[in-house]
This record gives sequence, structure tokens and C-alpha cells, in this order.
Amino acid sequence: MGEAFRVLEPGVLTTVQDLGRWGYQRYGVPPSGGADPLGLRIANLLVGNGEGEAVLECTGLGPTLEVLGDCLVALAGAEMEVEADGVALPPYISHLLRKGQLLRCGISRSGLRGYLAVAGGVDVPPLLGSRSTCLPAGFGGYQGRPLQKGDILRRGEPSGDLQRMRGRVLPPLLRPSPASPQEVRVLLGPQHDYFPRRGLETFLHSPYQVTSKADRMGIRLEGPRVPHRKGPDIVSDALPLGGIQVPGDGQPILLLNDRQTTGGYAKIATVITADLWRLGQLRPGDAVRFRAVAAAEAQRYRREFEEGIEAIRRGITITPSRRTYGLLWEDRTIPVAVEEIGVGAFEVQLGGRTHQVRITPPAPPAAREMRAPLAGVVTAVHVGEGEEVPHGARLVTIASMKVEHDLTADRAGRIAKVHIRAGQEVHVGDPLLRWEAGESPVDISDRDG
Amino acid sequence: MGVRYLPAGDAALTVELGSRISLPLNQRVRAFAQRVEEAEIPGVIEVVPTYRSFTVYFDPLLLDLDSLIRRLRALEANRGRVSLAPSRIVEVPVVYGGASGPDLPSVAALTGLGEEEVIQLHSRSVYHVYMLGFTAGFPYLGPVHPRLRVRRLETPRLKVPAGSVGIAGNQTGIYPRESPGGWRIIGWTPLTLFDHTADPPAILRPGDRVRFQPVEGGEWARRSGFSNRES
Repeated sequence: MGEAFRVLEPGVLTTVQDLGRWGYQRYGVPPSGGADPLGLRIANLLVGNGEGEAVLECTGLGPTLEVLGDCLVALAGAEMEVEADGVALPPYISHLLRKGQLLRCGISRSGLRGYLAVAGGVDVPPLLGSRSTCLPAGFGGYQGRPLQKGDILRRGEPSGDLQRMRGRVLPPLLRPSPASPQEVRVLLGPQHDYFPRRGLETFLHSPYQVTSKADRMGIRLEGPRVPHRKGPDIVSDALPLGGIQVPGDGQPILLLNDRQTTGGYAKIATVITADLWRLGQLRPGDAVRFRAVAAAEAQRYRREFEEGIEAIRRGITITPSRRTYGLLWEDRTIPVAVEEIGVGAFEVQLGGRTHQVRITPPAPPAAREMRAPLAGVVTAVHVGEGEEVPHGARLVTIASMKVEHDLTADRAGRIAKVHIRAGQEVHVGDPLLRWEAGESPVDISDRDG
Repeated sequence: MGVRYLPAGDAALTVELGSRISLPLNQRVRAFAQRVEEAEIPGVIEVVPTYRSFTVYFDPLLLDLDSLIRRLRALEANRGRVSLAPSRIVEVPVVYGGASGPDLPSVAALTGLGEEEVIQLHSRSVYHVYMLGFTAGFPYLGPVHPRLRVRRLETPRLKVPAGSVGIAGNQTGIYPRESPGGWRIIGWTPLTLFDHTADPPAILRPGDRVRFQPVEGGEWARRSGFSNRES
């Protein structure tokens, strides 16, 4: 309990969200809730919360927060650059922050919405059974609005000792990675009979691009026009989450968490619940394709999705962040305590002094093979032979158990040879790419603590 | 026309009883929706009645579309007497015309009626709440007297003040909160339609009846005006 953060910069659109306010759509109240419920649930699990606690949903560019009391935080969802006092805090790991530290959430490099969870949950008063911000009606969350400079956020009671819960990490292979172009699975209807056969075919076989008209209410898409049989108008009925309505201009609109509860355009299809999280991560310019599935399949995918979350829950492990070594010097052993505090950043305690040490990876061997870390089907090869790739570039996407995993460059380099092609099946250890890595500087800075 | 079961994804099912806006049809919708609620089917999250259909939201981990449709068909066949909750009549005081109802003159002009006649016709009917939607607490009311049916504004307003009473076609409604809107505004009510601290948060519920009561404008201070510009 107690104060957690003061908002120094609110970011583009930061709101308090949980899994939504259900039961009030008959009164015109949209459920709201995190637009990427998967990211929200994972962030909560990492800090030891129940998966539906209130978190901060950060859009595009996150907030800068002053830490007002010790707290444990974790980021999931969009890959946002987060740092505390200049030290990068990687996503999918719980970090302990001390009073007085500055937590800066930067821009998202992939995906749109980052979920910042704090142990104990963001403590705002629940209204109508939820802590979610309902932006259209201006209530819930933090005073019914996005965060502003100067707001003070409180947190609830953590489920355990913060010190012991730090360093909880989700292994990379269990992290969701939305592929682009995104394939989003849908169930046709409720009004697919308002569209001629060629309208359905256009919708299902064309790529659509996310326009800049995208917010928590809905996402306008742009692409080949979907014609209607006799016009787009229906007598208004309920708008489900993930519904896809097609107004007169034939350009589909995806309905998100803050949508109107009713509407008068025909809905060609509805996104299945297992894929709703993907909608929350779509950015303007992204491409989307729709694939129709049967109702029974949709339900099976949802069960698999929940099994995936169960695997995530079980897969979260604690990385021991503090180790003590003995430094043998002449005939004496001097204890050295090393604690990892961020990416390649360590606190080293030696002889009563604390040093901050940063290490960047050593120069790699001139050429090496990148091998498949998991079995699956190669869905995309993002690079060609001879191509120079920067650190972090996507190289290959492998689909495994219906989940796509991106393999990225862990340092800059040049692709010497590509051994595989899209569509090919690979097994663990199969060579994928041969590449020549670039020079990598080693930088160790030392600072008195 | 028979009942149509239209899946709206794997977590919602729209049950369509007809294709028109009509009072008897809407009452059948409400009666059926109430039977579904009373059946307390495990996995059902909420039932949302609309004009001529209702939508059942459910948890796909607890319930699947096929079994839900089977349950609903059984309820459909087994039409025992349903005692609908008696519909309440809610009196809504309205300041018509002037700054409170800037479109009263255009409605009068479009209908060929005098402004007083418009007020009389609008406040004489008892309206049925077909559904709530558009914004939190917005009631879709009707039917509107045939002589009062006017088209929407060519260009919707970006800002319609909270409490505005509008008409469009066969419908009339009240804006609970400042929002954009294309209906013609003929009056304003000081009544608070939506209060998120109350449960239920909306004063009006589907099936309620509403009567507008003309009152003098001097009784209430007027809130901020209309605008076509974002503030």
C-alpha cells in the first residue's frame, strides 16, 4: 500500500486498465480494459499479481515516473525502451525500484501498447466492478482520464516480499511476438449475409493497412473496398469486442475496448478471442490479413491460448540477481558482490564501495552459424545474402505450435549465407543463416556508488 | 420471421427476432432476454437487449456457441408466461427552444409546424426506451409522432451539451454527456441520466417509458453552449 509514482511526463496516452468492466453494456457502457489483454496478464504475473490487476497501459511513448516508494515493476506487451536512472530495464523481467529513482518509459520499438505492472496493482477506486478507465464516458481508472503531469499513483499490497520477487523473468521463447503482416483469425458474422460472395472474398484475401485513425474505440483499415449487397445499414444492434463493421465506403473498422455498445453498420466478421490481443498492438501502417475459422476451431484456439498463459505462469523463473564471488589476490580472498541491475549493467560491491559496471558483449568470432532454437516452420526470412543488418534486426520468423517467434540479430553484422526459405520445416539446431558479425566495442564504465 | 442465432465471434451470440423497429417486437426481445437472464446459464456474462435483437456475451472457456444455442432454443420453445418487470414511467423536464434547443426553428420549418406545435407533439407522447447505446446512458426513444419526423443535420455537431434532447427520424433521445451528435436538438433537461457512482449507472433502462415535461428555462442555469469547433 502507499504511494508508488508521481507522473513527471504522462506519455502519449497512458491509462489505468484491468481486464474490463463487464455487465453494463445494456446501459451503453463499453467494457474498456487493456486492448492487449495478453500483455496485461503477463505483466501482472511477472510482479506476482493476480493476472487481472490494474496496470498502466502505455501507448506509443510511455510516461516518466518518479518513484515515491519502493516498488516492483515489469513491462510486457509492446517492446518499450524503459530505463531507471539511465540503466536499461529489459521487458519481461521484474525490477525493484527504490524511492527517488526515475523510471522513464520511452518509445515502443515494436507493437503499440506496453503494459507496466506494479506489484500490488495500481490502486484506484473500482467503479462498477473494474478499475479500467472508460475514456468515452470519462470515469474509472485515474479520474476517468489519461494520466497527466503531477498525478500521484498509489499501489496495493504486493503478494510477497519485493526483494525476493525481483528478477522474475519470462524466458524469451514464451514471449508473444506479433508477426507482421499480422494474420488475425475471425468468425464470419453476425451480418456476413449483407455481403456478396466477392465481398467476403475481398475481405478474406486482401491485406488491409492500419490507418492513423486508430484509438481505443476502433481501428480504421484501408485496402480493397468490400462491397455490400444492399448497403451497409442495419437496425442498430450490439457491437462485440473485435467486431469488424463495414460502413458505406467499404473500408473495414475493427472495434476495440472503448467502442460504442451499439451500432448500425453491418459487421462482416468478428475477431476470435484468442487473437484480440493482436489488435491492441497494431500500429498505423501495419498490415493485417483476416482468416476465417469455424466456431469449434475458435474455441479450441482460445483453450490453447489459455494453455499458453498457463505455460507462461509456470515458465516464470527467478534469476538470482545477486552473487558473491571470492576475488583471490595474493594470499587473500576478497568478497565481491555482483548484482545485475539492467542489461549489461551491474552493481559491484568491493571493499565497502559500490561500483556501477557496464559491459557490452565482446567481439564475436568472424563468422558463425545461426541455428534454429526451436522446431517449427519458417514463415518468413527477413534478410538476404550480403545484407548488412543492425543490432536487433529481425532475421527469421519461425512458427511453432501456432505461435510465431522472431529471431533477431544480437549484434550488428552481415548475412553471408541463407540456408532456409519460407515454408521450410526446421528442427532444433538446423543451420538457418551464416553470418559475419561486425566489430562490437567493449565499454566498461566505472562510477563510485 | 423465425428467431435467428448469429454468432458474433466465439464469445457473443446475437439473437435476432426481427428486422424492423417496432414496439411489439422490442417487447418480445425484452421478454426473451429476460428469460435468458433468469435461466442463469453458467458462463453467460451479460445480455444486451437492442431494437430487434439481443446479444448474449459469454465466457468461451465455460460455454460454447452450440450448447448456448441449444439452451436458447429450448427457452424459445418453452414460452411460459414471462412477467416482464413492470415498465416505469420516468418524467423528464425539458426546456424547449431558445439556447436550449437551437434546432427547434429548423424542425418547425421542416415539418411546417409552429414551434409551439412541435413542443406539444413532442411532449404529448409517452416514449418507449428501445435500448441504450451510442454513449453511456443514451436512450433510444420512440416512436416519434409522424408529423415530427425530420432528417439529421447535414453536418453533425462536434459538441452537443449534456442534457440535450434531440430528434431524428422516428427516434428521440437525450445526450447524457457532452459529445458529438447529428440529431436535431430541440431542448435540454437538467436531469442527470448517467451516474457512474450508482449501480445501475443509468436512470433509464430498456423497456422504461419516458414523458417529456415542458418547463420554463429560467428555472435552471444554462450550461455551456453548442459548438462546431473543438475546444
